[in-house]
Amino acid sequence: MSLALALQSGDVTSLPSRRDEAWRYTDLRAALRAIPEASPKDGAMVPAGPFAATAEAEALVIVNGFGPDRLTVASGEHRTVSLRFIASAAARAHHKALAIEVADGGVLTLLESHEGLGSDYVSDLAISLQIGAGATVERVVILNDSAEAISVVTATVDLGANATLNQTVLTTGGKRQRFETHVSHPGQGASVRLDGVYLLGDARHSDQTTVVSHKGEGGTTNQLTKGAVRDNARAVFQGKITVERRADQTDARMGHHALILSERAEIDAKPELEIYADDVSCAHGNTVGALDEEALFYIRSRGVPLIEARALLISAFVGEVTDRISHDGARHVAQDWLLASGMGAS
Amino acid sequence: MLSVTNLHVEVGGTPILKGLSLEVPAGEVHAIMGPNGAGKSTLSYTLAGREGYEVTQGTATLNGDDLFALEANERAARGLFLSFQYPLEIPGVPSLTFIRTALNAQRKARGEDEIGAPAFLKLAREKAASLKIDFDMLKRPLNVGFSGGEKKRMEIFQMAMLSPKFLILDETDSGLDIDALRIVSEGVNALRSPERGMLVITHYQRLLDYIKPDRVHVLAGGKIVASGGPELALELEETGYDRFSQVAA
Repeated sequence: MSLALALQSGDVTSLPSRRDEAWRYTDLRAALRAIPEASPKDGAMVPAGPFAATAEAEALVIVNGFGPDRLTVASGEHRTVSLRFIASAAARAHHKALAIEVADGGVLTLLESHEGLGSDYVSDLAISLQIGAGATVERVVILNDSAEAISVVTATVDLGANATLNQTVLTTGGKRQRFETHVSHPGQGASVRLDGVYLLGDARHSDQTTVVSHKGEGGTTNQLTKGAVRDNARAVFQGKITVERRADQTDARMGHHALILSERAEIDAKPELEIYADDVSCAHGNTVGALDEEALFYIRSRGVPLIEARALLISAFVGEVTDRISHDGARHVAQDWLLASGMGAS
Repeated sequence: MLSVTNLHVEVGGTPILKGLSLEVPAGEVHAIMGPNGAGKSTLSYTLAGREGYEVTQGTATLNGDDLFALEANERAARGLFLSFQYPLEIPGVPSLTFIRTALNAQRKARGEDEIGAPAFLKLAREKAASLKIDFDMLKRPLNVGFSGGEKKRMEIFQMAMLSPKFLILDETDSGLDIDALRIVSEGVNALRSPERGMLVITHYQRLLDYIKPDRVHVLAGGKIVASGGPELALELEETGYDRFSQVAA
């Protein structure tokens, strides 16, 4: 069951639904009555994307699934690429596969934006990311889907020895939105940071699902996802780390912490650690709470209006995640994104 | 300046203040002393506008403005400042960023221009030096990991930066050693001026050795039961609050 399959066959019964354990909280079947026609090619000029200010980035633009299929970084090369997925259609659907290969010792800063210019589009993106030995990828993703959109992004990451993947996903959700990252982790000094931020309002939904499989000795995974939901929004966090039998000296940490700002909002969190090796260091933490009323009063008593005071506390809460972005330009974009989210309103 | 008349306040349906009246003219420092449970913190929270403190009767005005018609942040913009007994820790927000946000929010509410970064930093350096606050501390998240004394000094620093018209100091002496008490008191005394009023709420007389009040009021059983000059504080230190508790009951 997958969205890709359903788009190919035109059969809605191929859509994942709550009957599928992995899609329990993100029911696509219920959200989509019929498979729409294929999205048209759109040659219109697109407005500047969220990473436009980081001038050093070359752009790779994919509109309604049309565009390049491949991005490569040669051995020893350092590239900063603004990868833009644009959906400009309404009531149309598209699928796109993109292969990204970073050769041994290459460095890729991937500034990835998903820009929903249309309304009720259906988008399915499959990204394969090969990171060679000793190579580094910093991937910063802004998901800016429209409120009516159904969007699934699935990244499959194959990591070499001593390679690094640092990923931060920032999202405001969609009608149904799923961002999946699967990492095949070789151990061997390779390091993975998988972070996420969600700020959801109205009836938006966002699902960040990660699966990391530690297959060899001596690998690290560090995960921190933070978010806030208000109105009728729903956030899903599913994080799974598997440490296989021979993957000793694995260091894996997973944290998910969220603020729930209204009684009708919902957070579904499913952190899972499956450990088959003996000599590992693993930990996970998961908390959901409300904004601290006392802190709010304290801030207001200094003259800051309620909406700003809430926004200050929310952006400080999730700012711990964006502070971990090492690319300066991308970090500033992420911080501005937080401040512009308007989450303080209730 | 501050005028409170026949104030009745309930918290969770329980009456705490039962007809409190108080006048603090500009330029004067008044102390409120009283036993635990007398309603001292209720008075400061009610004046500052904390939720959950229900005014069932009475009025409070600052320079003629009806405080109870204003939100907490609006009261601050009109010049009211409450120094907390237990200042809150705000993780993720550097102290300077916080104070600048507050200052500019107040200025905006008053229709004034925002203060620019250079002018703000200059002012902050000046005030920090006078309160013996390490400037690097101001880059740390507000109050996070600060000692009790550092938190109180940070309250006085915020006061000095925001330059309010009326100060309420709620048990500012609690948790302070003698050195910190002296620094904090000097900071408060530096803010004394003919245009500014202060209400110093305290359990012990000790603070009043450093911040000399013009008037002392005794709060017991939800109202002011006695008022006098500074000598009243010394008298209370001798005799305790028992006789006033009986008066109030």
